[in-house]
Amino acid sequence: MRSTSPAFKANARAALADAQLQRALSEVAPGLAARRSAARAGLPEFEALRERGRAIKDHTLAHLDLYLEEFERKATEAGSRVHFAPTAEDARQIIAAICREAGARIVTKGKSMISEEVGLNAHLEGAGLEVVETDLGEYLIQIRGETPSHIIAPAIHLTQDQVEADFRRLHKGLRKDRVLIEPTQLVAEARQILRDKFLSADVGITGANFLIAETGSSVIVTNEGNGDLTQSLPRVHIVLASIEKMVPTLEDADTLIRLLARSATGQEISTYTTFSTGPRRAGDPDGPEACHVVILDNGRSELLGTAFREVLRCIRCGACMNHCPVYTAIGGHAYGWVYPGPIGSVLTPALIGVHSAAHLPNASTFCGRCEEVCPMKIPLPGLMRHWREEEFSAGDTPLLYRLGLKAWASIARRPRVYHALVRTLMPVLGALGRRTGAFRHLPLARGWTKHRDLAAPQGRTFQALWADHKAGVPR
Amino acid sequence: MTEAERRREAVIARIRLGLGTYDSAARRSAVARRIATPEAPLVPERARRPADERRRQLRTFLEGQSATFLEVERAGDVPAAIARFLRSSNLPLRVRVGDDSYLRSLAWQAEPALERLSGPARGDDEVGLSHATAAVAETGTLVMASGPDNPVTLNFLPETHIVVVEEKVLVGGYEGAWERIRARFGRRAMPRTVNFVSGPSRTADIGGQLVMGAHGPRRLCVILVRD
Repeated sequence: MRSTSPAFKANARAALADAQLQRALSEVAPGLAARRSAARAGLPEFEALRERGRAIKDHTLAHLDLYLEEFERKATEAGSRVHFAPTAEDARQIIAAICREAGARIVTKGKSMISEEVGLNAHLEGAGLEVVETDLGEYLIQIRGETPSHIIAPAIHLTQDQVEADFRRLHKGLRKDRVLIEPTQLVAEARQILRDKFLSADVGITGANFLIAETGSSVIVTNEGNGDLTQSLPRVHIVLASIEKMVPTLEDADTLIRLLARSATGQEISTYTTFSTGPRRAGDPDGPEACHVVILDNGRSELLGTAFREVLRCIRCGACMNHCPVYTAIGGHAYGWVYPGPIGSVLTPALIGVHSAAHLPNASTFCGRCEEVCPMKIPLPGLMRHWREEEFSAGDTPLLYRLGLKAWASIARRPRVYHALVRTLMPVLGALGRRTGAFRHLPLARGWTKHRDLAAPQGRTFQALWADHKAGVPR
Repeated sequence: MTEAERRREAVIARIRLGLGTYDSAARRSAVARRIATPEAPLVPERARRPADERRRQLRTFLEGQSATFLEVERAGDVPAAIARFLRSSNLPLRVRVGDDSYLRSLAWQAEPALERLSGPARGDDEVGLSHATAAVAETGTLVMASGPDNPVTLNFLPETHIVVVEEKVLVGGYEGAWERIRARFGRRAMPRTVNFVSGPSRTADIGGQLVMGAHGPRRLCVILVRD
């Protein structure tokens, strides 16, 4: 997928001015955060499970080479073919070759962020295949030629009216005067259209939430059941998964399953959790005749030796974006690549280079909510700070920003100058902003105050209060 | 070296480089130990309750997910319960069912009007009937193992899915389900698919509003057999 991350600032400005997008975001994102909070409250062991989840992933990553080999051995034993793809190009070639050998014409797909990452659809379409996304949200954006704007709710940026207009435009051969007012009517129409695709597909491609070394199984979770029809009806099932999806055992998967849906949608568990192992067995009347597992690296192994190893614990629940003040204001497309929100701000520079994605780690207020809600306890703000440092050392930080930082640093390193300055400025600002308690406009900082107010300082400085405290002066 | 082998070596070598480690006997035995004896998981209290409570949990969770939950005293009562459910839902008295020996042995002669089609599901089947391998109280989750006895397509293609659960397979947490799967298929072995089903199919992809029956069944009916 091509990145528009360098244009983040322009993207974000456009998103803030897009009334349709703002309406769509205001309808969904707050609900997801509230439901997570309720689900967490309903499971007293939730915090302890987060600690377990983190330990499982840390252990697995430390032995990732061996777990992958073990997974390969067990999956092969069950009849799967396991393929390793060092790069996105390798993954595209491997999958296109499997489709070609199968003589495929129609390919159905379950939801897979990695397939977005490697640009799979365009490649397969270029090879003459009809590729059909079957997750309803993915289908909605596929027919619009868009990319996902959220990792679990890919069409979160669309309103119901837009969906109706698209269906009327694209679903030819249906009655023009049909009623499409209720979401149930829209879902029924999509179900009918996609049912034909499920039944005629030659190859089904799914992602994987987990790969299990113990049994050579891959796991997907869905609420629609689309992933199950995708992998059970065609002759060939292809699983596309990245290296960090590995867990040792079924019990380890249990722990992550207990965290995943609660963090993502606030459900106790997703409606369907499916463990697939190899192709259909002798005597099975259904299921695929062949099963392939394609394991993608695409730059992840390079993170293992760095501070960014922690980001490989991510189980793609989307909680960080649902709770992010920046994401919920601008949506996912502004981030310009596959993974939006805080996780995207950390992962995107790692996968496409900090030079192209330098704006993303800066698109954070460092409020810390993402880290607070991350089921895998990934220190997202800390990792964003790492990227800011790298950007600064690489000289990618804009000149004005660098000069500002230099000026700040030279004052901050001289406590006497700093205290004198603050002691003088604070009462002045406090007096100027006394009437409303905040500044709606500031000279030289219009860009900053356009979308927020600066609180006016109140009372005395911390240093002054501290000096009194130490001297025993009552407040 | 073939292209596939080259790619495999590249991924494994890069991971070892990243980890700053190599293939050692100590690391291998750590991995083998972990797989042979899965770490005792943290099983939530709600997954460790007594049998009576488990039945109530299963019912509460499934009904909360818009499933229909029926209880019958004996296996012999199942065909009548199925017929009653189909009639009350205005559905045809015709179900698609696999080669499951428990389901086959039920007293179908008591419901002569109820037609059974055997084999995997087809696109135009309206009702699928399956027999659960386990059911998990913790989240009201049915566990289905695929095979000739319970073809996987029965769980997803028909608009209505009826699942028979014997009370003796009702476990507290997911770990209990794996015990049952391992007892049946062996350690480190799985059927082609194990499906955790926790309600009828749904989506919230249009404006965040919940709609039942996205691609899988619109209706899920669970029949718990007490004996």
